[in-house]
Amino acid sequence: MAEKRDLVMDVINATNLVQSFSEVFKQQFENTAEDASPFFQNERKKAFQNFEKYGFPQKNMENWRNTDLSKALSENYTLFTSQPDPKLDIDTIFKCNVPHFETLLLSTLNGWYVSNHGALQTLDNGVVYGSMRAAAKEYAPLVEKYFRTALNDSKEGLIHLNTAMMQDGIFIYVPANVSVDKTFQMVSLINTQENVFLNQRNLIILGENSHLRLAQCDESINNGTTFINSVTEIFMDKSSTLDHYKLQNKDDKTTLINSTYFVQQQGSVLNTNAITLNGALVRNYSNVQLLGSHSEANVYGLYLMDKEQHVDNQVFIHHAVPECQSNELFKGVLDDQASAVFNGHILVARDAQQTNAYQTNRNILLTDKAIIDTKPFLEIYADDVKCSHGATIGQLDAEAMFYIRSRGISEASAKIMLMYAFAAEVLNKISIEELRTRMDDMVKKRLRGELSNCEQCVLNCSNKENKKINFAIDMSKI
Amino acid sequence: MEKQQDNILDQVTNSDYKYGFYTDIEMETAPVGLSEDTIKYISKKKNEPEWLLAFRLNAYRYWLTLEEPTWAHLHHPPINYQDIIYYAAPKKKKELQSLDEVDPELLNTFNKLGISLEEQKKLTGVAVDAVIDSVSVKTTFSDTLAKHGIIFCSFSEAVQNHPELVKQYMGSVVPSNDNYFAALNSAVFSDGSFCYIPKGVRCPIELSTYFRINAANTGQFERTLIIADEEAYVSYMEGCTAPMRDENQLHAAIVEIVAMKDAEVKYSTVQNWYPGNKNGEGGIYNFVTKRGICKGNNAKISWTQVETGSAITWKYPSVVLMGDNSIGEFYSVAVTNNYQQADTGTKMIHIGKNTKSTIVSKGISAGFSNNSYRGLVKVIKRAENARNFSQCDSLLLGDKCGAHTYPYIKTGNSSSIVEHEATTSKISDDQLFYCKQRGIDTEKAVGLIVNGYAKEVLQHLPMEFAVEAQKLLSISLEGSVG
Amino acid sequence: MLSIRNLKVSIKGKEILKDVNLEVKEGEVHAIMGPNGTGKSTLSYAISGREGYDVEGQIIFKGKNILDLSVEERACEGIFLGFQYPVEIPGVSISNFLRTAMNEQRKYRGLDPISGQEFLAKMEEKKKLLDLPEKLAGRSVNEGFSGGEKKKNEIFQMAMLEPTLSILDETDSGLDIDALRVVATGVNKLRRPDNATIVITHYQRLLDYIVPDFVHVLYDGRIVKSGTKELALELEEKGYEWLKNGI
Repeated sequence: MAEKRDLVMDVINATNLVQSFSEVFKQQFENTAEDASPFFQNERKKAFQNFEKYGFPQKNMENWRNTDLSKALSENYTLFTSQPDPKLDIDTIFKCNVPHFETLLLSTLNGWYVSNHGALQTLDNGVVYGSMRAAAKEYAPLVEKYFRTALNDSKEGLIHLNTAMMQDGIFIYVPANVSVDKTFQMVSLINTQENVFLNQRNLIILGENSHLRLAQCDESINNGTTFINSVTEIFMDKSSTLDHYKLQNKDDKTTLINSTYFVQQQGSVLNTNAITLNGALVRNYSNVQLLGSHSEANVYGLYLMDKEQHVDNQVFIHHAVPECQSNELFKGVLDDQASAVFNGHILVARDAQQTNAYQTNRNILLTDKAIIDTKPFLEIYADDVKCSHGATIGQLDAEAMFYIRSRGISEASAKIMLMYAFAAEVLNKISIEELRTRMDDMVKKRLRGELSNCEQCVLNCSNKENKKINFAIDMSKI
Repeated sequence: MEKQQDNILDQVTNSDYKYGFYTDIEMETAPVGLSEDTIKYISKKKNEPEWLLAFRLNAYRYWLTLEEPTWAHLHHPPINYQDIIYYAAPKKKKELQSLDEVDPELLNTFNKLGISLEEQKKLTGVAVDAVIDSVSVKTTFSDTLAKHGIIFCSFSEAVQNHPELVKQYMGSVVPSNDNYFAALNSAVFSDGSFCYIPKGVRCPIELSTYFRINAANTGQFERTLIIADEEAYVSYMEGCTAPMRDENQLHAAIVEIVAMKDAEVKYSTVQNWYPGNKNGEGGIYNFVTKRGICKGNNAKISWTQVETGSAITWKYPSVVLMGDNSIGEFYSVAVTNNYQQADTGTKMIHIGKNTKSTIVSKGISAGFSNNSYRGLVKVIKRAENARNFSQCDSLLLGDKCGAHTYPYIKTGNSSSIVEHEATTSKISDDQLFYCKQRGIDTEKAVGLIVNGYAKEVLQHLPMEFAVEAQKLLSISLEGSVG
Repeated sequence: MLSIRNLKVSIKGKEILKDVNLEVKEGEVHAIMGPNGTGKSTLSYAISGREGYDVEGQIIFKGKNILDLSVEERACEGIFLGFQYPVEIPGVSISNFLRTAMNEQRKYRGLDPISGQEFLAKMEEKKKLLDLPEKLAGRSVNEGFSGGEKKKNEIFQMAMLEPTLSILDETDSGLDIDALRVVATGVNKLRRPDNATIVITHYQRLLDYIVPDFVHVLYDGRIVKSGTKELALELEEKGYEWLKNGI
C-alpha cells in the first residue's frame, strides 16, 4: 500500500459533470503511482474514453426512459479518491443486530474497504476476502483474468465510469469444492457530512462446486446527498451455488445504482433476491449470462415504496446455451407518488434449445398518483423452448378480502394479511432462515408503518439521533 | 425423432405467390423522386384545393426534419426516397360512368384476384373500393349506400364532394407530424377510401377496399378515413396484393377511424402484399400507421388483422379510448416465413372511465424470419376502472427463426386492472404424430394446427374474409414445414 | 390380415422388442398383456409407424410389408391407434379434425371427399351408437377433457374412421368402471367380420368387457405365452411372477 495521504476529496461540479469528472480522472486516476499496474492503467483509460462516448444516462435512452437521474446529477458531489484511516475501528461505527445471524462482515466506508484485520484475509479453507484494491495487487493474475470480462460491450456510461474511477470494494474468492458455512455480509456504509459520489467495485469468484451465501446490505446514514454507482462482477464456475440477497433500506436522499453481472458455467445455480424497502431512487440492474448448460438462475425481487420514492429493476438474462433454466419473479406495492419500473429481457440465443424461461411481474397500486411501468420482453431465436411471461397491475383480490372478513377479521387486518401474502411469495424464496425471519418481520413492520431507519438488519448506527421515517402505507386508500 | 423433424422442417417445397402477376395497363406516373414539385404535381393532378396542398407541404417540411425510426426489430438496407415514383395511376380517358368503361385489363386484374367489381358482388353483400397503385379505380354500390346516407367513395372524390368532412377529420387521429411514415404519407398520399356513416345508421353491407400495387418502382401511399357518427355501425375490410418483383417497394399508408358516441367500427385486414422470394429478395416494405379514436362514450373500435405478406411489416393499429365505457380490441395473426420481418402490435390508450381493451396476438414464425409483437397499454391517472387483457403467443416453426414479444405497460390509476400473458411454443412432435396417425400429412397437419392456434383471432373476421384467411395461413407456411 | 415376423425394435440403441411374432386374422380380437415396461406401447408404435424407432423384421399388413410406409400412409391403409395418452390440440375442433382425417384417408383410397351433410349424418350415427354427448364435436381435440372423455373420444374417432385394424393401447388406464363399460361397448359394437382389434392392457379387467379370441403375454421383448381368454384369468390369478418362474 502506498504511503498514507491525507483524505483526498475532489469536488465534482454539477454544472459541467463530464468535464469535472474528466479533470479528477486525469489528476487522480490516469497515471497515479498508487494504482500503477499497466493492466489497470490501460483498463481505466479505455473505460474513461467509453464513458465520454456514452455519457450519463439521459431520458431519451430506451433503458432510462422511466428513471430520471437529472435531479440526482444536478448536485455537486465529493469523490473520496483515497482510503480512510486504516486504523479506524469499524466496530465503533456499526454492528449487526439480526438475532442468531452469525456472519462474516465485509464493510466499506464511503466506498473503501475497512477492517480491523488488514486489507485481505485468508481462511483455513482457502477462502480469500477483503479489499478489491489490495487483491488487485496481491492476486494480480487472478483478478486480471476476471476483472471487467463480465461487462462485455456495455453501452452504459455509468458502468465505464465505475471501471475508470473505481476506488475500492469487496473481493471474495472461494476455491473449488469449498462450501462456506457462514454467510458473507457486505455492508456499504456512508458516513460523512458531504454530498458524496461513490464508484464501488466488487469482484466475487466462485470455484468449481463451491457454495457461497452472500447478503448485500446497502445502508446509509448520511447528512448529505449520496450517489452510489456500484458495479459487482460475480463469476460462478461449474456446479457452484450462490445465494445472493440484496437488502435496500435507504434514506430519501440516496440514489443507488446497483449493477450486478453474473457469469454462470455449467450446472451452476444462482438464487438472487433484491428486497427494496425504501430509497429515494434505487436501480437494480442484473445481468445474468448462462454460458454453461444445465445452469439455473432464479432472480427475484420485492419492492414496497411510498412518497416520491422510485425503484427500477432491470433484469437481462441471456440463455446462450441449451438446457438452462431461468425464473424471474418481481412483485411490488406502490403508495403515494411512488413509481416503479420493471424491465425484464430474456434473450434465448439461436440453438439454445430446451430453454425454460419464466418471467412474472405483479404490482399493486394504492393511489392514482403512483405509477408503474413494466416491460417484460422476450427475444427468442430457438424453437424448442418453454418461455412465458406475465405482468399484472391491479388491486387486492376482492373475493379473498370478503372471505377473510367473513371469518370475523377486520378490514384493515385483512388488507395487511393480503399484502403480506402478496409479498411472502418473494420472501419465501430466501433460503437463509434467520434472514428470512428478519425480512419477514421488516416487511410486516413496513406494511404497518413501523419500520424506522435505525431498525435495520445490520446497522446500529453511531448517529444516535432517531431518524425514524414515517413509511406508513395509508390503509384507507387500499 | 428430432432429427427427422428437422429434416421435415428443412424440406422446402416451392409455393408460388399466386397474386404475383403484373398487368399491362397504360399508366400515368409522376417523375421519380421527392420534392415540393412532386407534391405540387400530385396535388395538381388531383385538382386539390389550396388548403390540402398546404397540408401536404407542411407535412413534407416536417418530414425533412425527421430521421427514419430504428427502434423496431427490423433490418433493411436504407430506403432511397429519391428513387421512388410517388404517383402512378391507370390512364383515364374520361370520367367513368359505368363499369363497362373500365379498362378491361383492369377488370381482368381484379377478377384474377378474385375481386369482382361487378354487380354479382351484391350477392355477397360487399361494397368494394378498388385502389390500384395510387388511385381508386372503382367503387361499387355507392348508389345503394347513398340511400342510407352513407358516403363510401375514393378519398379524392371525398376531397371534391365532401371537403368539409375531410377538412374536419383528416389528420385528427393521426396528425401529419405523428411519425416519420405518417408525415411522408401526409405529404404524398395519392388516394384511398373515404367512408362516412351518418347518425343512427347501421351499414347494411360490408364495406371493402382492395389495394393493389401494380406498377414498378412506385410507392403506394393511400389513406383511409372512416367516420362513424353517433350510434352508427360499419364493418370494413381491407385486402392487399402486389406483383412479384426483385426490388423492394414501399407502402406507407394511413388509416384513421373516428367513432362517435355509441358508434362501432370493425376494421378487418388481410394483408398479403408480396413477401419477397424464399431468398429474401424483393417484397413490399409495409410501414403503416393505423389508429382509431373512440371519441364519444360507449364507442367501440375493433381491429382484426391477418398479416401474411410483405418483406417488412411495421404496423400498430391502435385505439385511443377517450369516451367513457369505450372499448378497443386488437386481434392479430402475423405469419412470417423465409426472410420476412414483422414488427407489429397495437397501442391501447385508456383515457375515459371504465374503458376496456383486449389484445390477442398470435405470431407464427418460420424459415429465417423474425416476428415481433410490440404493444403499449397505457392507463392515465383519471381512467378509473380501466381494464386491459393481453394475450400474446408465439409459435416457432423451425430453429432458424425468431419470435419476440415487447410489451410496454404504463399504469397510473389504482382502480385499473392490466394483465399481460405471453407464451412461446412450437408444434409438438406428439401433435404431429397424432395427426399423421390419423392419415393427415405433415403439411396439412401443420396447416390444421396453425389454424387452430389462430382460431381465436380468425373468428373475429367477417365470414367472407375468414375462409380466405384460413387458406392464406396454410399457403403462407407451405414449404416451411415439410 | 396382420403378420408380424421376427420383429426387433430399439430406441437410441436400446433394444425393447427382441423377437416378436404375431398373426392376426379378420374378425379376431387379440389381447396383449404384460407387466409395465415390457414393450407393449413400443409394439403399438412400431405397427403404427412412429418415427425414432429402429425396426427390424417384417410387419405384413393385408399382404404388404408396411415398414417403409409413413405413419399417415399406414393410417390410410387402415391402421388405427387408440392412444394411451391422447394429446391436446387447442383450437382444433373435433369435427374439423375428423373430417380432414377422413378425407385424407378417402383420397388415399381413391374416393371423393365426404360431403358436409354425409359427414354430419355419420357423426350423429356414431354418437348415437356410442351414446356420446351432443356437444362433443364442437370442442377442441382433447383440450380440457377428463381422462374418460379423452378415451371416449378415441373410440369415437375409431368409429368414424372405420379402420381395418385397431390397436387400443391401455384404453382402460385411468377409467372408472362406467367409462370402461362405455368404451368396451363401443369396441364391441364396432366389431365386424372384416376388421380386427388388438387390445393392449395391463389388467384382466378390460377383458371382462372385450372378450378376446387370443391372449398373448409380452415379457422382456418377447411373446412368451399365447392362449385363449382363460390365459388372462390364469394370469390374473397367479400374477406375472408365475410366468417369470416358468421361463
